[in-house]
Amino acid sequence: MIMRKTDYDVIVVGGGPAGLAAAISAKKEGCDRVLIVDRDVEPGGILLQCVHNGFGLDTFKEDLPGPSYAQRYIDKARSCGVEFLLNTMVLEVHTDFTVVVTNDLSGVRYLTAKSIVFTMGCRERSRAQIRVPGSRPAGVYTAGTAQRWVNIDGIMPGKKFVILGSGDIGMIMARRLTLEGAKVDRVVEIMPYLSGLSRNLVQCLQDYDIPLFLRHTVSRILGKNRVEAVEISAVDEKMQPIEGTSEIVMCDTLLLSVGLIPENELTRRAGVKMDPRIGGAVVDDGYGVNIPGFFVAGNVVHVYDLVDYVSQAGEIAGRSAAQFAMKLSDGKAQAEKRIPVDAGEHVRYVVPQQIRPDSLSKTPITLQMRVTQPLERAVEVRVVAGETEVAKKRMAYARPGEMVSITLTEKMQDVIQQAERLTVHVG
Amino acid sequence: MDCDVVIIGGGVVGCLIARELSRFSLKTLLIEKESDVGSGTSAANSALVHAGYDPVPGTLKASLNVRGNAMWDRLSQELDFDFKRCGDYVVAIGEDELPALQTLLDQGIKNGVQGLELISAEEIKQRVPQINPEASGALFAPTAGVCDTFGVTVAAAENALANGVEILLDTAFEDFLIKDNNVYGIRTNRGDIHCKVVINAAGVYADDVMHKAGCRPEFKITPRRGEYCILDPEIFTIDTVLFPVPSNKGKGVLVFTTTHGNTVIGPTSEFVHDKEDKEITPTGQAYLFENMKKLIPSIDLRWTIATFAGLRAAGNAVCLNPKVDYHADFIVEKAANVGGLIHCAGIESPGLTSAPAIAERVAALLQEMLTLTTKPDWNPIRKRRPSPKHLSFEARKALIEKDHRYGRIVCRCEGVTEGEIVAEIHAPLPAKTYDAIKRRTWTGTGRCQGGFDMTRVVEILARELGVSPFEVTKKGAGSAFVCRKTKMEAE
Repeated sequence: MIMRKTDYDVIVVGGGPAGLAAAISAKKEGCDRVLIVDRDVEPGGILLQCVHNGFGLDTFKEDLPGPSYAQRYIDKARSCGVEFLLNTMVLEVHTDFTVVVTNDLSGVRYLTAKSIVFTMGCRERSRAQIRVPGSRPAGVYTAGTAQRWVNIDGIMPGKKFVILGSGDIGMIMARRLTLEGAKVDRVVEIMPYLSGLSRNLVQCLQDYDIPLFLRHTVSRILGKNRVEAVEISAVDEKMQPIEGTSEIVMCDTLLLSVGLIPENELTRRAGVKMDPRIGGAVVDDGYGVNIPGFFVAGNVVHVYDLVDYVSQAGEIAGRSAAQFAMKLSDGKAQAEKRIPVDAGEHVRYVVPQQIRPDSLSKTPITLQMRVTQPLERAVEVRVVAGETEVAKKRMAYARPGEMVSITLTEKMQDVIQQAERLTVHVG
Repeated sequence: MDCDVVIIGGGVVGCLIARELSRFSLKTLLIEKESDVGSGTSAANSALVHAGYDPVPGTLKASLNVRGNAMWDRLSQELDFDFKRCGDYVVAIGEDELPALQTLLDQGIKNGVQGLELISAEEIKQRVPQINPEASGALFAPTAGVCDTFGVTVAAAENALANGVEILLDTAFEDFLIKDNNVYGIRTNRGDIHCKVVINAAGVYADDVMHKAGCRPEFKITPRRGEYCILDPEIFTIDTVLFPVPSNKGKGVLVFTTTHGNTVIGPTSEFVHDKEDKEITPTGQAYLFENMKKLIPSIDLRWTIATFAGLRAAGNAVCLNPKVDYHADFIVEKAANVGGLIHCAGIESPGLTSAPAIAERVAALLQEMLTLTTKPDWNPIRKRRPSPKHLSFEARKALIEKDHRYGRIVCRCEGVTEGEIVAEIHAPLPAKTYDAIKRRTWTGTGRCQGGFDMTRVVEILARELGVSPFEVTKKGAGSAFVCRKTKMEAE
């Protein structure tokens, strides 16, 4: 193998929680030069505008606000020598491991690395994607846009709000806006169940007497220049507005919290294979993809419920990237056996979609999934290989808004080695 | 205020008239009620330069379409906006629709359209692999094209400005000033303007303007709303323009790809009574996809990244050619009952295509009313401002070295930089609103629909205009984005 001279061992695209954790772990693993490229003026990603608490309960056993959680990782990254290129956008990543970046200080240039970790996070679904009818005035924003205005810029996007969608950012903004003296009339959710965390329903809506309307949607936006009102209707089983149920609610702002989409433009253009169910890449247990040396982690793979798990995924991806980078220098890249993991009963998807049984001798593998519908009863999560049960765990309930996980350990390695494929059921 | 000519309306027609008149030693003023030119019908249409096989032969629409079509190459070169003569197809599905192609071909030949060609089912399937396998044949019109409809309007306005035309934005026509049966000016929300000739290019409002001078009381514009869907270019694009065979509702739902690379499906066709009613409706959206499936069966509603609607200025003018029985023709004429007034009205499709020819005709009419002398120093050339994503790596590098703001991306989906946004805010015709920046730079038009850029563009607009963020608007008065600081008592 030809030794390549590269600028960096590992380049991490995106300095949010996944990227920070990936860079730190690549450093710990022994990489010399690790660079995080981020488009914002400081690292931390979306955590910087998440000034509410609820972060770090799993990792630090502490209830932290978003910026404090991020700061712990930023400090760690800086102290272990991770390099940062901030206020910089990655334009393209090529399979020869060149990264094209642009910023207003050094302009557009090429950087090279031995391996690359993609941690671009996700973006919010927009009005057009859910096709809300009506006029197109100012005052229709995603919850995250409103969150940035309020928490970063210190300005209020409106006076009276209706929130469409019961996603976590929407519910958190309902509370935030109320605390800032705005009126949040209601949150409407087209599904018969909550799409975010139950704790946010209690702490952000119920504590502030903000009503939640399930099986309702905004059927029309009114107002020429600025939102003047929205029409809200109950929906039937096919999620179509039911005639005669509509109500006009006066408001000047409609916030949308209607889902998140992994931000995979760079990866897709580079040829990374995607899983259409999640909008993210098909990954193995080390968060490797179909292109050797490319790794992905965090919300760019699938949308998480808690940041702690995003950091954990970043850590794994960073370790894999470091090992790849160092193996490349040694000239030993290798192909390993992979076993597909399928979504079974009541499971929408499972990540990783394939695992390398060899990994189990080094570290356990956690399978993460979302259920297709709320199961408000005791349930079992079961991993099976054909007729053979590989792993099982009990839970008090399972809800689509909350990620379900189950861990595979070394003692299951032999069974898994023999398996054609694994399937996960929740029921 | 005194001038020679006032143009009412800064759509593509008004702006191209302004540019045409800027050749002459005239003091010309254009007024526009919105905060940017090209905000009405010119901002929401199919962006097509039609070949001219569709209008009824003998109508003004037919002649101006064919004449206008021929003018676009030179226009786009002089004004430096995107225009692609990609050709279009009318596709017949099933044997029943085949005769309609022959009718269109005959009509096109009568209208003087060059290069029309009937092609076989096999040929169209080969050229457009996504087409319905039931396709039975197609009419190919090589002279049809796609333009940047925002680009042409702004470019024409800028070139007019550079040649001495004055443009007043946020200025609405209220009434004519008439004495001895002669128009000598107009009244606006910002005062009276005295002039020798007024040109009515008021789009969907052209009938209301006309009636203020007592002209053609029978003429009425009933706006026809057209809804469109823009598809995610990462999922689906098509590099041509496809029409179904026309019905009595118009040219039908077509698919085309804009010069920005977005594939668009539309329009619907629905008469509305409110001249500002640009609503998106569930029935309209469903209609688009049902109809598009006829041409491209694989199309899927979930590929939509944006929706919009525009209004066509559909009039009821009888064709002036007595041999033609047609009741929706263009009006481009001197007012019959008063002096000093020219009307351009009922300019629906193919209005964009015809716009340069309409401007030429207006200049000819004006020649009969005023003595026009050509300026020796008239400059037909306008250059576009740089866009880093269209530059080579080296050119991009050089541009950023000159102005670092071209290195900072503000809209990540479309790759628009701060430099481009700032350049538009300080352009000869300044972009002062979010929508104006959007139309000129394509900021916020991608998959995230402004999710990332919006707060940043508001910040840049506030900084560059020297105003507070509370004064920054989406599209002019009443459309502010944000209302107050946090940590303050609510009203």
